[in-house]
Amino acid sequence: MSTLTAVDLARIQFAFTVSFHIVFPAISIGLASFIAVLEGLWLKTGKPVYLDLCRFWSRVFAVAFGMGVVSGVVMSYQFGTNWSVFSNFAGSVTGPLLTYEVLTAFFLEAGFLGIMLFGWNKVSPRAHFGATLMVAIGTLISTFWILASNSWMQTPAGFDIVDGRVVPTDWWAVIFNPSFPYRLVHMTLSAFVVTALLVAATAAWHLLRQRRDAAIKTSFSMALGMLVILAPLQAFVGDLHGLNTLKHQPAKLAAIEGIWETEQGGTALNLFGIPNMKEERTDYALAIPHLGSLILTHSWDGEIRGLKEWPPEDRPNSLIVFWSFRIMVGLGLLMIALAGLFLLMRWRGRQFDSRLLQRFALWMGPSGFVALLAGWVTTEVGRQPWVVYGLLRTVDAASPVSYQQVSVSLLIFVIVYFLVFGTGIYYMLKLLRTGPVADEHTPDGEREPIGQTATYSGRRPLSGADDLIDEGAQQ
Amino acid sequence: MIDITLVWAGIIALGVFIYVMLDGFDLGIGILFPFFPNEADRDVMMNTVAPVWDGNETWLVLGGAGLFAAFPVVYSAVLSALYLPLVLMLVGLIFRGVAFEIRAKATRTRHLWDLAFIAGSVLATFCQGVALGAYIQGIKVVGREFAGGGFDWLSAFSLFTGLGLVLTYAVLGCGWLIIKTQGELQRRMIVLMSPLTGLLLGAIAVVSVWTPLIEPAVAARWFSLPNFFWLAPVPLAVLGCAWGIRRALRQGRDYAPYFLALAIVALGYCGFLISIWPYLIPPAVTLWDAAAPASSQSFTLVGALIIIPVILAYTALGYWVFRGKVHADDAGYH
Ligand code: HDD
Ligand code: HEM
Ligand code: HEM
Repeated sequence: MSTLTAVDLARIQFAFTVSFHIVFPAISIGLASFIAVLEGLWLKTGKPVYLDLCRFWSRVFAVAFGMGVVSGVVMSYQFGTNWSVFSNFAGSVTGPLLTYEVLTAFFLEAGFLGIMLFGWNKVSPRAHFGATLMVAIGTLISTFWILASNSWMQTPAGFDIVDGRVVPTDWWAVIFNPSFPYRLVHMTLSAFVVTALLVAATAAWHLLRQRRDAAIKTSFSMALGMLVILAPLQAFVGDLHGLNTLKHQPAKLAAIEGIWETEQGGTALNLFGIPNMKEERTDYALAIPHLGSLILTHSWDGEIRGLKEWPPEDRPNSLIVFWSFRIMVGLGLLMIALAGLFLLMRWRGRQFDSRLLQRFALWMGPSGFVALLAGWVTTEVGRQPWVVYGLLRTVDAASPVSYQQVSVSLLIFVIVYFLVFGTGIYYMLKLLRTGPVADEHTPDGEREPIGQTATYSGRRPLSGADDLIDEGAQQ
Repeated sequence: MIDITLVWAGIIALGVFIYVMLDGFDLGIGILFPFFPNEADRDVMMNTVAPVWDGNETWLVLGGAGLFAAFPVVYSAVLSALYLPLVLMLVGLIFRGVAFEIRAKATRTRHLWDLAFIAGSVLATFCQGVALGAYIQGIKVVGREFAGGGFDWLSAFSLFTGLGLVLTYAVLGCGWLIIKTQGELQRRMIVLMSPLTGLLLGAIAVVSVWTPLIEPAVAARWFSLPNFFWLAPVPLAVLGCAWGIRRALRQGRDYAPYFLALAIVALGYCGFLISIWPYLIPPAVTLWDAAAPASSQSFTLVGALIIIPVILAYTALGYWVFRGKVHADDAGYH
């Protein structure tokens, strides 16, 4: 029985708050681009179905974005409140990167969000599209900076250490540090995958209930079409990411694979097993000879260093990352299977009729989120015991705040997050259940043009379905 | 040779002021909510800020990130010293931020979201004020680390500055609503503005007397001889603005009350900067002691100088698009 220290609590708090946070940005990043595409298609083709979808997903986006913002503000203060030694040591690198994120991304998103959500009647359709594009671009810029920061902590580069703190010497090397390109692409793809699966599952839910208007069918096809491209691409990029990790963070990779000994002439791949940190072995291993070398080094007998090459205090927890990694990859393979099934059904012309496809898409809805979190757990836990890899240990990085203070704040965050984000998610699910409201109160074909003042379809066009939302709860 | 450290201090000071100017009225609306129980009034009040609140709050993030980049010592020491008030402030911001998105979508639970909006706004503001008071009182630092206790921030003075900030934001919110509303609602805002301004003056007076009493350094700055004559106009200008507000309210002018209230806040803010100069962590760490490495400050400064004007431009554009009065049955909000 071990007792938790203040540092442990701070770690739990960081992991808890960032895990909540990342879910919302992932939706925001993916949906913002999806909405921009829908709006662009509407401007180009004039088909009402694109506008209906655009407005529906904007509503979902608004909720996700709001929760992303408030959970993000918490993150940006936590480095100082909980990790002051880290901030002192490495703030000269992570601080400027975060500032650039605020300047180039957060302001851009926030500045144009108002027009995107509430400006339909205030600006011309083209100007509105411009605002939507700005928001979408903002979310991608944000991804760029925060991942530069995180990747620098994983694979630091471009700095000297002077007087016990980091002094950046080459900003290009800091930003484009060795793991950054892989992490950036992999994470951006994750956000799109998460969103594609969310949209597909929503459409599948309505299809299964025999709602098959153009809006539903279009979202189903668009989302699964995206997945056909993204899912295999993600596996490919993930593979490259793994090669990069082997090179720069070999201990992490050994932990991911549950490999203890450095073997000559080819390493086996553990498909299944229970890494045992105490006994320094992987129990119940189900291993396939040479496959490890083949996948991880792309050669028959490439060498992989086992965990025993590092002293015990420098080893990440293999049990956690072994399994989180397998959950992520397993789900990634299932996503590829879903994309394949969609292609098959489409080829047979049955993509809107196959119940199997619809059920599969529905069940895969949450899988993007699970894979996203599993991926982050692999990356972050695999980085331990370092907070800045090889330079600063996590146990040395915390603020001098007391055990009592951190336990109070952790308790407050847990309660507030479940309460507030719990209800937020509940409302989001309700929205998804209502689905796109075709034509927003105007009879088909009689759509009034938007952008020409308040005559458009009733009193509060953006909230057509909103007001009814929690009526369903009375059932 | 310009002093980059000084430029950075200027940018952060300006950023904090813009934050108070924008998020002040935004939070103030939540603080005023309890005085306006009518649903339709509340809809209007909230809609006056719905398109801009996120941008307003981003200035707070800039303040934090700017400190982190240019003065990491301050960021880490002050934030750990003010641990609990800041955590509670964040919790307040969570409640009100989510209320913006969900209140309009809820029916049965709407009153709960109203409550979340009120409590979140008051809590966030109060905690900001407490943090301000605790900061003025001084933060104990040894080396580069906070070396005080978990409740050093708690004192009668900091609790009072907490209340003072709640009042300040209420005045700004009221002024903003005079600009953005009309008819009966606007009339009630006008009625409310005078007593609120009076209370604010009182609070300012109390803080002005109290600060030099607990901080001898501040007393020396203000009451030593040549300084006194230079600084005497500050309180006089505050009184002048207050009188201006009364007059503007009587003449039925829409914009003047808010901007005069803002001028009072600006004067108070200048007084605060004069009092702490040149320390970043009173009473020990100066601007230059706390500076990040030059390579960090200059890298970030290039971006800040180019991008902040652009940000100001499109922020202004956003306000311009949503200019004018907000009506009860306005299309397009939420
Ligand atoms: C890959 C993307 C990603 C990752 C890993 C993170 N974020 Fe985030 N963050 C976003 C992508 C994002 C976003 C998409 O840009 C958000 C979501 C909603 C929004 O407003 O912007 C956002 C919002 C957001 C905000 C609010 C911005 C505003 O006021 O408008 C802050 C302060 C942060 N984040 C800070 C952080 C910190 C300190 C993180 C690390 C620990 C972090 N984010 C991880
Ligand atoms: C967004 C998805 C993320 C998730 C789910 C995540 C998850 C985690 C987890 C589980 C830990 C605790 C590891 C342990 O103690 O064993 C951790 C620690 C940490 N992560 Fe992340 N992380 C994410 C993103 C980031 C980003 C983007 C950054 C930096 C900008 C970051 C910086 C840190 C820091 C500073 C710690 C310190 C505490 C520690 O190392 O224990 N994380 N994170
Ligand atoms: C299917 C094959 C996949 C492979 C081979 C793969 C590979 C990897 C590897 C090796 C890492 C660890 C990087 C490190 O060492 O830090 C990683 C991290 C991660 N993975 Fe995957 N992945 C796959 C699928 C997915 C899917 C489907 C998602 C989500 C939808 C996902 C989301 C993530 C995230 C968010 C991270 C953490 C951020 C990062 O380091 O990029 N992955 N992945």
